[in-house]
Amino acid sequence: MSPAGYVFLSVILFVIGGVGVLIRRNMILVFMSIELMLNACNLAFVSFARLHGNLNGQVVAFFVMVVAAAEVVVGLAILMAIYRARRSASVDDASLLKN
Amino acid sequence: MTTLAATGVLRYSWLLLAFPVFGAAVLLIGGRRTDRWGHLLGVLMSLASFVYGVIAFVTLIGYAAPDRSRDLHMYSWIPVAGFQANIGILLDPLSVCFVLLITGVGSLILIYAVGYMAHDTDRRRFFGYMNLFIVAMLLLVLSDNYVGLYAGWEGVGLASYLLIGFWQFKPTAAAAAKKAFVANRVGDAGLSLAIMLMFAEFGSVSFTGVFSSVHSGGSGVASALGLLLLLGACGKSAQVPLQSWLLDAMEGPTPVSALIHAATMVTAGVYLIVRSSPIFNAGPTAQLAVTVVGAVTLLFGAIIGCAKDDIKKALAGSTMSQIGYMTLAAGLGPAGYAFAIAHLLAHGFFKAGLFLGAGSVMHGMDDEVDMRRYGGLRKLLPVTYVTFGLGYLAIIGIPPFSGFFTKDGIIDAAWEKGGTSGWVLAACAIIGAGITAFYMSRVMLMTYFGPKRWEENGVLGGAGAHPAYKEPHVPHPHESPLVMTVPMILLAIGSVAAGGFLIINSRLVDFLAPVVGVPPTSHGIWTGPGIIALVLSLIGIGIAWVMYGRVPAPVIAPHGSVLTHAARADLYGDAFNESVLMRPGQWLTRLSVYFDSRGVDGLVNGLAATIGGTSGRMRRLQNGFVRSYALSMLIGAVLLVAGLLVVRL
Repeated sequence: MSPAGYVFLSVILFVIGGVGVLIRRNMILVFMSIELMLNACNLAFVSFARLHGNLNGQVVAFFVMVVAAAEVVVGLAILMAIYRARRSASVDDASLLKN
Repeated sequence: MTTLAATGVLRYSWLLLAFPVFGAAVLLIGGRRTDRWGHLLGVLMSLASFVYGVIAFVTLIGYAAPDRSRDLHMYSWIPVAGFQANIGILLDPLSVCFVLLITGVGSLILIYAVGYMAHDTDRRRFFGYMNLFIVAMLLLVLSDNYVGLYAGWEGVGLASYLLIGFWQFKPTAAAAAKKAFVANRVGDAGLSLAIMLMFAEFGSVSFTGVFSSVHSGGSGVASALGLLLLLGACGKSAQVPLQSWLLDAMEGPTPVSALIHAATMVTAGVYLIVRSSPIFNAGPTAQLAVTVVGAVTLLFGAIIGCAKDDIKKALAGSTMSQIGYMTLAAGLGPAGYAFAIAHLLAHGFFKAGLFLGAGSVMHGMDDEVDMRRYGGLRKLLPVTYVTFGLGYLAIIGIPPFSGFFTKDGIIDAAWEKGGTSGWVLAACAIIGAGITAFYMSRVMLMTYFGPKRWEENGVLGGAGAHPAYKEPHVPHPHESPLVMTVPMILLAIGSVAAGGFLIINSRLVDFLAPVVGVPPTSHGIWTGPGIIALVLSLIGIGIAWVMYGRVPAPVIAPHGSVLTHAARADLYGDAFNESVLMRPGQWLTRLSVYFDSRGVDGLVNGLAATIGGTSGRMRRLQNGFVRSYALSMLIGAVLLVAGLLVVRL
């Protein structure tokens, strides 16, 4: 399988993740979609690293993983806090900042 | 002309001002406490000024003719670098003539007012204002510089305003006072601009400073100065085009009309022109303008005088016309200055006498002013009739009364000017003499002759009438008390003798020569133009007798011709002001208001409304839904990427 196939796969994964973020109401699922988008990016980085024959993309992919891990920790903590306060995991209910 | 320092008794010339200042201060500050004796103090202070004026006059006569200009420096009013305005008193032949006129005629009129205003609860305030007027008028004629003159000029304007509106409970009087004040402001603007121009051009505002350097400024500057001074004179002296206020000013008490609006204040414009003679001599354009204004006004006032049924307004038209004669003479240069002053002094006597006579008639007729309700009063008011009649003979110029000498002097001076302008001016003056004879005979016939129209129709009462006089009622005309008739008799003597005394042997001409120069030619008493004027006057009397003496005047004014209508409406002076000045002014105001509210405010408000509306619409984007934020981020990212791709391609 040529490296270009991995790039196409990453694009498909990114679009699935993006659509998931936009249309799903459940916070957990939105969160998972974000993770999917991040991993699609990682896949693209690694593919490009392979294509160009250097390690820069792979290094960035590692950084993204580390940052994503931290983001998951903080994000899930916020999620838990919101769920405890409101008994709801819907993103549309958390719209207090409007107007 | 050189000015010497005042010495001897003239060092006390500040007393001239101090007496009436004291009177005005006591009466106006003292208030009701001075009610009982206030009028006596007012008369006394005016008389004291007159006595000092006579002493000053005798002292001046004692000096040699070139040494008769005496200056008394009182104090430095505005001493700043490069600008000196002093309060100083200049006693010279010209100013001393005015001092005698103002204090002499003023004292007589104040004595008369003691009787005339006896029933007025505010008589003390009246005398306070009158003293204030005398101070201001004396300051005007005595000041040795233009700034002091201007202070007096404004002072008489204030006194005139206060006295026209003396019966301020009458809306017409209050409106007339305001009208006079506003019309005078226009003229005052001209005078103040002239003073500023003097300072800018010559660096001085004193008479000596300006007159010594006026020749170096060229005729352009002199003409500009002259025209500005003429504007000031037009305002104060009710000359066309600023004439409209004088007829309304008759709303004031009759002594005010006699002193301020006939004898003294309205002649201040003539004084200004004669005093500024070096400026006018150097500016021929301004001189021509002065003569034109004078000629137009003398006909204008005379025509108005022909149609007025209000005795005071008829006399006011006559005042306007006579001041037109003076202005005309003052515009003729050295040939006319002395005659302008001679006519001014004689006019001061006979016009004051005529007004006091009119006041005496009104006093006897329950304040009725409509001549159509007079008639046959000569038997009932014999003293008034005789004194008024002498004033009448003086104003229409029947020899040997005053007007004959002084008016003919002006007509001759205009005639001798030569050229087309001299012809036209002399013709105007001669025709004016004929019209004067007509309207004055009309006043005389309607008031003192014919049937007693008040017996069958009653009178309505006029200015200051008692509220009980709203219905027509039959008055009981009676001669006025002695305190009123004695001043009238003295003024009548002046009307008879003043003109001849001043003109025969060139007394006044020689007396004034050091100040205003010598006329180029001297002429006799009987001259061609003078005789033509006399004949026209007799014709005028004849026409008046045919129209008003042979047939009785109807009580309701007949419809009359177009000219009569125009004259009744003051020759549309008010209509002109209203359509040319007032209405465009109102339009301008409305336009400014519209521009301000729609233009300036509109711009600011519109900007605020636009920002407010836009932010209101933008606010709706902040709906709080995370997903829509995410979508906008996505769209933004897509657009960014697309943009980058496009740029790279």
